[in-house]
Amino acid sequence: MTVQHELPLAALVDKARVLRRHVVEMITAAKSGHPGGSLSAADLLAALYFGGVLRHDPARPHDPDRDRFIMSKGHAVPVLYAALAEAGYFPVEQLATLRKLNSPLQGHPSKVDFPIMEASTGSLGMGLSVGIGMAMAGKLNAKDYKVYVMLGDGESEEGQVWEAAMSAAARKLDNLVMILDFNKFQLDGSIADILDWTPVPEKWAAFGWHVIEVDGHDMADILRGFAEARTVTGKPVAFIAHTIKGAGVSFIAGNNDWHGRAPSADECAKALAELA
Amino acid sequence: MRNAFASEVTALAAADKRVVLLSGDIGNRLFDKLKATAPGRFLNCGVAEANMTGVAAGMALCGLRPITYTITPFVTTRCLEQIRVDICYQNVPVIIVGTGSGLSYASLGTTHHSCEDIAFLRVLPNMTVICPGDAVEVRLALRAALQHPGPVYIRLGKKGEPIVHASPPPFEIGKGIVIRPGRDVCLLSAGTILPVVMQAADRFTEKGLSAQVVSLHTVKPLDEALLAEAFRSFRIVVTIEEHSRLGGLGGSVAEWLSDHPVTAGRLCRIGTGDRFLHEAGSQDDARAYFGLTPGGIVAQTLAMMETGEAHVDRR
Repeated sequence: MTVQHELPLAALVDKARVLRRHVVEMITAAKSGHPGGSLSAADLLAALYFGGVLRHDPARPHDPDRDRFIMSKGHAVPVLYAALAEAGYFPVEQLATLRKLNSPLQGHPSKVDFPIMEASTGSLGMGLSVGIGMAMAGKLNAKDYKVYVMLGDGESEEGQVWEAAMSAAARKLDNLVMILDFNKFQLDGSIADILDWTPVPEKWAAFGWHVIEVDGHDMADILRGFAEARTVTGKPVAFIAHTIKGAGVSFIAGNNDWHGRAPSADECAKALAELA
Repeated sequence: MRNAFASEVTALAAADKRVVLLSGDIGNRLFDKLKATAPGRFLNCGVAEANMTGVAAGMALCGLRPITYTITPFVTTRCLEQIRVDICYQNVPVIIVGTGSGLSYASLGTTHHSCEDIAFLRVLPNMTVICPGDAVEVRLALRAALQHPGPVYIRLGKKGEPIVHASPPPFEIGKGIVIRPGRDVCLLSAGTILPVVMQAADRFTEKGLSAQVVSLHTVKPLDEALLAEAFRSFRIVVTIEEHSRLGGLGGSVAEWLSDHPVTAGRLCRIGTGDRFLHEAGSQDDARAYFGLTPGGIVAQTLAMMETGEAHVDRR
């Protein structure tokens, strides 16, 4: 199975811009959704799907040899839908059906209703365990695919994340990459104010993971990080991406009021003008 | 039951490379043969049942047939949300096996009892709930579960339970097994209490009443044809389980009955009370406390037949 998408750096940066436009438009049309955590992950998703990181083929979405990507922070699924549509898994026009009746694009990813989702998520802290199961199945079935699981930092307050952290390291799952969208905020405010679990990279390292830190909005740095991730053996990789919640739209970035509210028509227009 | 499970899972894993057993830090020696037969397919996941359940779902999404196994409350209630979302919502074929169900671990205390697990798991969409009545049914249930395309919960006792079936009966998920035909009383047994129910049937005979005994091993989906026939043919239909009277087999049959035309037969639900057990002692002591003895089953049934009301213990 070959890598289908490997855009040059400038095109990747532009792809992230396009994903952000989709996110803003989708959530505006749906009149509900989570802009902050979707926008913070846009550069990472662009790199994964278009930067030659994920081995995937929109023509063969169920190829047993494909790399898997699980959006454990399921509320950020709009940016995943946008990436998959841009990659050609389904028509871009369908993005406008987010959260609408009869659309498979539900508010959180549903594997049964939208089978190109790798896992149903939304209940936080559970995706990494499912990813571990996929990675272990890969080893048992002698497959060389990799499994990427994106977690939120608020989500990481769930105890199951740390059961999974122990488990993956104990099994030496070097076909597993945990991507932390480390945007420093959760629903009700800043992580530091609510349940400060710093130091973050040190925790993952102490649990036995190979830690890579990147600027999650610097495409070159993201690609460098994923290239390093591919060279790691004998350990799972904790790919910690420092991000800004709502990145890319001036009035959403860093403003946690945008955790889970939709833009008005005016706000949407303003955001799209910034993302033109 | 757990020895039968270990032996059967070893045979199934030898025949089917997709079978993987995930254990929550239990039964290591019990599975020595499995480890030798299927290298790499016995995985002790540690004391981390929520993670183990998610791992099983991930494996099932990649074509494996994982079985999760540990002491019942920890493989069911402890990780209920993982079962609900990862296994049932995604509708993947994971088999969840709880050992030491009901009052099997009476002497360990209430943390190790499980008299609510059927209730929790049977309300989950896509879930099948099987409560084998003896070691023979354990083997048959496991084989049937492996052929089933969705989630299955199998509820085991511990070890040394009396064998009820002299030879393997025909076994189908959702079809009760009539072990002993009768005319006056219909005893529907789910799970580990089956040998006690057989003894209760003998007591009825001594009292001049003919008791039918059914192993209604599948609590979900219910054997509706069997229930319809039972409530047509018997004055009294008794559900017996080592589980709360709320939400288990008795609860299921009560729900079923409320959806169907009034029948001649009355339902009598026998199980554990709506309380935690605050007594130490053996499994037999705990069963006696809740009236789950041959004499207790007969007494509760006769009370219902005579007064038309359930004899509910209100201690």
